[in-house]
Amino acid sequence: MVDDTQKNRPFLFLVLLVLAVAFLSPILIVLMNSFKGKFFINDAPFKLPTGDIYVGLENYTSGIQKIGFFSAFGMSLFITVLSVAAIVFFTSMTGWFLTRVKTKWSSALFFMFVFSMVVPFQMVMFTMTKTANVLGLDNPVGILLIYLGFGSGLSVFLFSGFVKSIPLEIEEAVMIDGGGPIEMFFRVILPILKPIAITVAILNVMWVWNDYLLPYLVIGTEYQTIPIAVQYLKGGYGSIDMGAMMAMLVLAIIPIIIFYLICQKYIIEGVVAGAVKG
Amino acid sequence: MQKMIKKYFALFALPTLIAFTVAFVVPFVLGIYLSFTEFTTVTDARWVGLDNYVKAFKDPDFLKALWFTAKFTVVSVVSINVLAFLLALLLTKKVLGTNVFRTIFFMPNLIGGIVLGYIWQLIINGILYQFDVTLTSDPKYGFWGLVVLMNWQLIGYMMIIYIAGIQNVPKEQLEAAKIDGATSGTILRKIILPLVMPSITICLFLTISNSFKLFDQNLALTAGAPSKQTTMLALDIFNTFYSKAGFEGVGQAKAVMFFIMVALIVVIQLGITRRREIEN
Repeated sequence: MVDDTQKNRPFLFLVLLVLAVAFLSPILIVLMNSFKGKFFINDAPFKLPTGDIYVGLENYTSGIQKIGFFSAFGMSLFITVLSVAAIVFFTSMTGWFLTRVKTKWSSALFFMFVFSMVVPFQMVMFTMTKTANVLGLDNPVGILLIYLGFGSGLSVFLFSGFVKSIPLEIEEAVMIDGGGPIEMFFRVILPILKPIAITVAILNVMWVWNDYLLPYLVIGTEYQTIPIAVQYLKGGYGSIDMGAMMAMLVLAIIPIIIFYLICQKYIIEGVVAGAVKG
Repeated sequence: MQKMIKKYFALFALPTLIAFTVAFVVPFVLGIYLSFTEFTTVTDARWVGLDNYVKAFKDPDFLKALWFTAKFTVVSVVSINVLAFLLALLLTKKVLGTNVFRTIFFMPNLIGGIVLGYIWQLIINGILYQFDVTLTSDPKYGFWGLVVLMNWQLIGYMMIIYIAGIQNVPKEQLEAAKIDGATSGTILRKIILPLVMPSITICLFLTISNSFKLFDQNLALTAGAPSKQTTMLALDIFNTFYSKAGFEGVGQAKAVMFFIMVALIVVIQLGITRRREIEN
């Protein structure tokens, strides 16, 4: 950018390298500690797992057993995949519908969706849990409806913003060819929405996968997702099994890193697009 | 065409609308109503007027949490944005491996709050152990622990937004300034900063609302210890609901005030953004 920085490049590179190591080190330290005996973690987290301290995969086997990691993983996967699929499918239709049908009702609805984005979860935490209980939605299938409802604000808003940029002529052409709204949306509009659908999907995956409080309150006593299981390991009774905790933290991070490395480009673009419009 | 699409309301809009009503509209309206009542199970609600709000303001825990949250928000917003901006400046100078660095700095943002909290609990306790104290010996450790955690989580995210802003600065303008003999400090202040203002607004907004609403990280890192002194607003509301029997109404009143504070932040933010867009 500026010429005088050219000669500083090796220095800048070094600075960035040090920063990158500093950024990665918390994760690496947790990884290292996951191979240490549980009594050698709190006191000496920066010591390498050598000699007597090294316990191999013991923490992993005990942690997996204690919190039922694989069932928590399955539960997280089930809820995330299906609720994000539902959000993308239903809110894309709604975003299109509310943009194309201009009545005072559709404007009022759109305003309510946007309004809901401002409301923090604590505002509806108690009453939403009660409503879910009364309606029998306090199970892994019912919570999908809750996620669709609570996630619809941002998603309808993003889809609607994108639909505004699609020229009406495309839909008019479908109509002239004798196609109805169903054909219009699923054959023509939905493929055009693909970039924003990816953004919506990524933002919602990151939210639902990491969400703790909502699933804890709605289904937490019977079904655990990964964040609930990790928090459960702490328990109500002071002493944490630090070994199992380290191993479970590592197992909780691995799926996220895999997801990140596969979809890195989409994730960074999607998060920025969501931030700028949201 | 509009009329034709309108007939398909039941297919295109109704499913989302039902879910939205169940998960948001009903709980929101009910929440406002219940904040004026005394209740334990919703059905036994009894109107008490502004009682809950008065009790909330008399609750020292609430006021302490509000103060702690405000302090935390200011410190983390400033530190995150300054560091993220500096990092963005570094990464827009053609240095080797820019993409790899970007990927690494952004990664913590994807990890959930509960997991983040326990990662940092280990690290911070490990450091403090050398001095014979722990994270919960003194509220200042919890405070700075949360600041460090929040920086680690959000710097990469904000950096990405700043990079996009800096890359939009026209190269001709920078070159013209250099020919006129401007120093890099002047270029930064007079050209880059004004042109990345939109990014700054977005980042300020994101960091303010994320810091103000923080819950998971707070719960996992200190859970408010020692003796509720590191409890933030969201956690205080949760505790009022679920660990103090008979205080559900007060909890809901606190939640309504929390919502109003968040909404005010958003309104002020939107006002500033609008005004700036008109000026340009």
